Amino acid sequence: MDLQRLEGILSRYACQPADLIPVLQDIQDSYNYLPKDELKVVAERLHLPLAQVFSVATFFTMFSLVPKGKHVCKVCVGTTCHLKGGQRLAESLSNRLGVDIGYTTKDMNFTLETVACLGSCAQAPVMMIDDTYYARVTVDKVPKILKKYQ
Amino acid sequence: MGEVSFYINDLYTSAPVGTTLLEAVRSMDIEIPTLCHHPDLKSEGQCRLCLVEIGDWPQTRLVNSCTYPVEKGLKVQTHSENVLQARRLVLELLLARAPKAEIIQKLAAEHGISQSRFTSEDPEELCILCGLCVRTCRDIVGVSAIGMINRTPAKMVSTPFKEPSEVCIGCGSCAFVCPTGVITYTEKNGIRSIWGRDFELVACETCGSYIAPRASLEYWAKQTGDPVERYYICRNCR
Repeated sequence: MDLQRLEGILSRYACQPADLIPVLQDIQDSYNYLPKDELKVVAERLHLPLAQVFSVATFFTMFSLVPKGKHVCKVCVGTTCHLKGGQRLAESLSNRLGVDIGYTTKDMNFTLETVACLGSCAQAPVMMIDDTYYARVTVDKVPKILKKYQ
Repeated sequence: MGEVSFYINDLYTSAPVGTTLLEAVRSMDIEIPTLCHHPDLKSEGQCRLCLVEIGDWPQTRLVNSCTYPVEKGLKVQTHSENVLQARRLVLELLLARAPKAEIIQKLAAEHGISQSRFTSEDPEELCILCGLCVRTCRDIVGVSAIGMINRTPAKMVSTPFKEPSEVCIGCGSCAFVCPTGVITYTEKNGIRSIWGRDFELVACETCGSYIAPRASLEYWAKQTGDPVERYYICRNCR
């Protein structure tokens, strides 16, 4: 376990029980997932039962207990994007990357996810890779976008 | 502490401030069915069977009586048509969630429901996710060995990482408190197995019958400050 890295995250907080979600978010950002041993340390340092930490870690979809890829690709399948072909876009990405939705490619480069809404319905269908939005994505635009991250 | 006066089924009554409607109603010997309520635990309103109707007609609404505190002049109906209809719906939903749970089958039958109109995801399911076990482990036992994990529809009660919990003391309170009997444990040759972990049971030094797991006795000794040897004699022999 990389204790130094974890201490670096924990040192930014007062280690109150209420800091749980921000701490987990920072760990997720830094490690790309929530490692088991780190969660145990977090529970101890934040004076929380491990059961509660695990409960929070499994409740939110932004947290993952298995390593995510270097880039996380979120395809919106909310109402508007659904009507504009969000599902087809997700399937196209799934075929092109060779992974099922919710999984990570073998080279750990991409994790493909679907989300309920990215809040940009006017530009449907929308997808997001890491922190970048891609608006009005059609299936034929997919290879060009993916190339930037490969 | 002050008292507040209100009406239950048009009867004028009073209760101390902070009493929940459920407690007030039950103190009048009016029966409201509940699954997730326990007198020693703070209610969370999970099972929604204790619904009552409050307010003046036609501005009435349904609330959980187990979480709603008494209010001055409040008008409460415990068995109005609205309440019974809502309660039947809740029972149908619970029946679809946990078709095998005997207590739900019994309650449903009492309310005239033999079959749920909703499809059941798992016909073998027993758990209604009332969280009574989680609350007991956290608030009464004080170890928090189990918790709710995932989100619906995959939500379930589990130990962290679905592995045997390090903090569990094997006391079996979760199994005892569970209304539908979904949490089980086995006792064989002086070993209690619960939540995937084996606990050595301590036999009474006088009569030889098993008292509780060693981990539980040690935990109680630590909590009370008594020497642990004191717990090695069962309650009957003390």
